[in-house]
Amino acid sequence: MKTLVCLSIVPDTTTNIRFTGKMDALDTTGIQWIINPWDELALTRALEIREQAGSGVTQVSVIHVGLKESDPVIQKALAVGADSAFRVNYSPADSMEVALQIAEVIKKDHYDLVITGYDSADYNGSATGGMLAELVGWTSFTSISSLSVSDSMITLERESDNLTETIAAKSPCVLTIQKGIAKDPRIPSLRGIMTARTKPLTVIEPSASDPGTRILTFENPAPRSKCRMVDPSNVDELVNLLRNEANVL
Amino acid sequence: MNFQLTEEQKMIQQAARDYANRELILDVLERDAKSIYPARHVKALAELGFMGMMVDPKYDGSGMDTISYVLAMEELSKVDASVSVIVSVNNSLVCYGLEEFGTEEQKEKYLRPLARGEKIGAFLLSEPEAGSDATSQHTLAEDKGDYYLVNGTKNWITNGNSASVYILIAQTHPELKHKGINALIVDRNSPGISLGPHEDKMGMRSSDTHSVMFTDVKVPKENRLGADGFGFKMAMKTLEGGRLGIASQALGIASGAYERALKYSKERKAFGTEIFNHQSVAFKLAEMYAKIEAGRLLCFHAAWLKDQNMPYGTASALAKYHCAETAMWVTTEAVQIHGGYGYVKEYHVERLMREAKLTQIYEGTSEIQKLIISRDIFSR
Repeated sequence: MKTLVCLSIVPDTTTNIRFTGKMDALDTTGIQWIINPWDELALTRALEIREQAGSGVTQVSVIHVGLKESDPVIQKALAVGADSAFRVNYSPADSMEVALQIAEVIKKDHYDLVITGYDSADYNGSATGGMLAELVGWTSFTSISSLSVSDSMITLERESDNLTETIAAKSPCVLTIQKGIAKDPRIPSLRGIMTARTKPLTVIEPSASDPGTRILTFENPAPRSKCRMVDPSNVDELVNLLRNEANVL
Repeated sequence: MNFQLTEEQKMIQQAARDYANRELILDVLERDAKSIYPARHVKALAELGFMGMMVDPKYDGSGMDTISYVLAMEELSKVDASVSVIVSVNNSLVCYGLEEFGTEEQKEKYLRPLARGEKIGAFLLSEPEAGSDATSQHTLAEDKGDYYLVNGTKNWITNGNSASVYILIAQTHPELKHKGINALIVDRNSPGISLGPHEDKMGMRSSDTHSVMFTDVKVPKENRLGADGFGFKMAMKTLEGGRLGIASQALGIASGAYERALKYSKERKAFGTEIFNHQSVAFKLAEMYAKIEAGRLLCFHAAWLKDQNMPYGTASALAKYHCAETAMWVTTEAVQIHGGYGYVKEYHVERLMREAKLTQIYEGTSEIQKLIISRDIFSR
């Protein structure tokens, strides 16, 4: 089975986010870029499955839609164990553009399993997996908290409100994973880092695309209000503040 | 001159940082308090390739350059210098000496498992009466034909108990003074080797430090590194790299304390504002940063010289002297910035301060580094 893990590349989650000009673009100065944590967990689980005897998964590739600056981050995916990588050389405007570009790659090659993280830590779109499945005409499973593959048979668990579904799925399909799929992302070994250079990172020219959206402006969240201390004996004041200042009662 | 790290070097730095922040941090306080050897971490770091970082891959090492080693040592030491000293000894003192001066047979037998981290090594130079004065070796390795008969005591041996392989510096021809010293590879399980108790140290308490006693220990002749009488030169050459490892460790201790002090200064308020807005704190942080940046460049320079096969003895002495002094000063001031919180273990900076002290002492005291530097500048 061939597996493709979709990688979004996002600012390190501890980054102090700033915007430029008319508050319509991210200020990338000094940003350290990382693999989107959800996608990294998807990759971790895909690699674990490939390493399990009898899973049937023989190859794990990664794909990213972005420009050359992303290559060092893609190298990390190769360093932790991905067999090969693809980068569609395009700066997408939204999730639909990402899904369109990846769909074109999937249509030209054969994959059994495509995995995405449930969300990207930058724009929080949560849309690529579903869009991608629609574009290639495959079954889509979302909110997957457990994934196992044995003898090419896919078993999934989905979590929703107080309910766990266990599903047997046929390939090909698109899986959107969430928390619980893998414990921790892998730390690359030094040998893995050095051999990453020898693994293929194929740059693919993009298909024609016309962005359907444009960001007009970003707005920073309001600064946190100051903490107010209320004497434990003064419950009336606490209720008054919650009702009339915080407006939560 | 290129100050840009390669993508691989950045990835190695990040890998060490991730391991330190994800794993070492979890039990560093407990291991420090109870002097617990970090067996789990040594195994994990070996699997990641950190125990034989610079060894040629043909001997199962990771084949990294020395800059990468400096980067990894700094990141590990920011969180836990007890673990990083184990990494440093195995890499700089043991693997380096075997790879540089060992025969093919010695490399096959000893270097491979050490580079894989399956075995850990120790370097036995210091004695009860031979610390900074390393020429005064009293441990005897008598030449008995096809073996050496070793008697004597070695002190302050990092990895003394955990090591399987010792690199032992001992005197064979006392009349030749330092030119009679040999370096021998000794199997830790050889009959006649006994250990003193675990040293109850001020800092680096999770690494195991022991005295090692030799009583009529037979070491095969083929375990000698280099020619007869080469041991002192071998030890000094090896220590040049060792100093760079400890310089990077001191750099990491300093930057770990600085990062904690900077974070704390942005959170803690006094007199109506965060304390970094007070000049007395802001200037301390600026001075810390300046000293740390200078130390990092000294480490990189020494590492670069080593990678170019150029002399780097004075450069590594400069790096070690500067970084050890910086570590002591920065950690002390980091405790000061934290105030009372800095004096309790939970905030880590008091531990970093205790760890910093040792970097001024081992693998050549700050005074010895000044001796090396001054001799070099006077000889020009």
